[in-house]
Amino acid sequence: MAIRIEHLNYIYNEGMAFEKHAVRDVSLEIPDGQFIGIIGHTGSGKSTLIQHLNGLMRGTSGTIYYNGENIYAKDYRMKDLRSRVGLVFQYPEYQLFETDVFTDVCFGPKNLGLPKEEVEARAYEALRLVGLKEKHYKKSPFELSGGQKRRAAIAGILAMKPEVLVLDEPTAGLDPRGRDDILDQIAKLHREQKITVILVSHSMEDIARYVERIIVMNHGQVMYDDTPRNVFGHYKELEQVGLAAPQVTYLMQTLHSQGWPVRTDATTVKEAADEILRVLKTVEM
Amino acid sequence: MEIIKARKLAFEYVKLDEEGRVESRSRAVDDVDLDVQAGDFIAILGHNGSGKSTLAKHINAILVPTEGTLFVDGKDTRDESKLWEIRQTAGMVFQNPDNQIIGTIVDEDVGFGPENMGVPREEIWQRVEESLKAVGMWEYRSHSPNKLSGGQKQRVAIAGVVAMRPKCIVLDEPTAMLDPNGRREVIQTVRELNRRAHVTVILITHYMEEVIQADKVFVMEQGKIVMRGTPHEVFSHVEELKAYRLDVPQVTLAAHELQKAGIPLPDGILTIEELVEELRKVRKS
Repeated sequence: MAIRIEHLNYIYNEGMAFEKHAVRDVSLEIPDGQFIGIIGHTGSGKSTLIQHLNGLMRGTSGTIYYNGENIYAKDYRMKDLRSRVGLVFQYPEYQLFETDVFTDVCFGPKNLGLPKEEVEARAYEALRLVGLKEKHYKKSPFELSGGQKRRAAIAGILAMKPEVLVLDEPTAGLDPRGRDDILDQIAKLHREQKITVILVSHSMEDIARYVERIIVMNHGQVMYDDTPRNVFGHYKELEQVGLAAPQVTYLMQTLHSQGWPVRTDATTVKEAADEILRVLKTVEM
Repeated sequence: MEIIKARKLAFEYVKLDEEGRVESRSRAVDDVDLDVQAGDFIAILGHNGSGKSTLAKHINAILVPTEGTLFVDGKDTRDESKLWEIRQTAGMVFQNPDNQIIGTIVDEDVGFGPENMGVPREEIWQRVEESLKAVGMWEYRSHSPNKLSGGQKQRVAIAGVVAMRPKCIVLDEPTAMLDPNGRREVIQTVRELNRRAHVTVILITHYMEEVIQADKVFVMEQGKIVMRGTPHEVFSHVEELKAYRLDVPQVTLAAHELQKAGIPLPDGILTIEELVEELRKVRKS
């Protein structure tokens, strides 16, 4: 078991006029190797929550255990945790600052105090993992497209060899091509490197396609924590908190309400098409 | 009447080296013919680098064609003496709301445009009120823009353009940085403007579900317009859209999958209602 969160609370500006209880009594277990999606509308506390996972923010109360160790304990090596839990912020390309892509990716491992050969080997591997072509390595980040810049930024985190990769809306502002490229690469990383991936996203369609577990945040609390099928079954409740289910979920619900004997828990196009076909075929027979 | 008329429009970006010699040329827009009727709602689709933003920047003469011609409301955009008239005919809204808001109070920001046009003071306030009401932000008139959500900021940016009373508004990926609620707000606002005030709208986006109600859709790829027609016509070509790696709505994809499995459905299904209706016919027969 990798991460265990117990009764975590976080309050912004405690005791002041703008006090905001951003995370309320959240308890979660995140086992090794899961691919998890976190959804919630703007201001639901999801970004605040994930910044606790690598100790960047410290809970007002509650405890977080990483591999059984309390990260708030006095002698806990926070620096260690930060290299194990990699956090990719929104618009991470704004944080590229070196003169070329390769040097930028080297920055993280270099700060871990690794020898030069190891640093460079890691940078090469990370850039390969995000699918950035070698001809871009020596370019200035400014010469890259939006999707390429973002991949370079993610490589900078991967070069730290994290065990857990947390991404806050990694596809915001990208076009469909850039979005699919990045998500496919992340899914591949999850498959091949066996790392735990936590993906914060606004796109229900993306979440439904990739993750095995969805955590829904609302007003700082965990509203649902289940498989995509089960979570999107609550589409009416999701709408009330400013979210929605994938379009095919609505399609199946509409068919069902008009008397079609279809299961309504499809969350991807393929599941929906298969289910409609199944019903059409049984009717024919 | 045509408000926008492009004939063989082409634009070349020229990259110079340090000595000012031409290092490379890239043709961002290539041989484009485009007619937009006054009062139309037009959508331009295409992924990053397809030339759609370069084309959009021609419409209010931020860029002028390197070859071919573009007439906006009968005025040639290469005619510098008409520049201000053209800019007042066609207003632009960009992707990032934070880069477009300059006022410290919402109503001041919206008044900036008309003030610069030399509109008399009384009328400025009248226009501010009208525009803020048109985008549903009137009750936020004395708020500070930095306290607004992304969708609200973008609506303020749209009000700022509307206050200049353009005949045509060009929106360049206005929803790319917004969450689902923000996206819905902005698209609804734009549709209302088109329907009620008969403002010609040119919406550049890569979200397919935003273009379903457009009068006409243009798909760009490598600087050229490769598909054009009503949404139904364009979305009939699912395989082609996929080849351009554009996002097709899940319902359209599901209908396409069913077609491939031998279910007799018409091409170009865009909404849940259409698919449910067509499936009902199939089941009856």
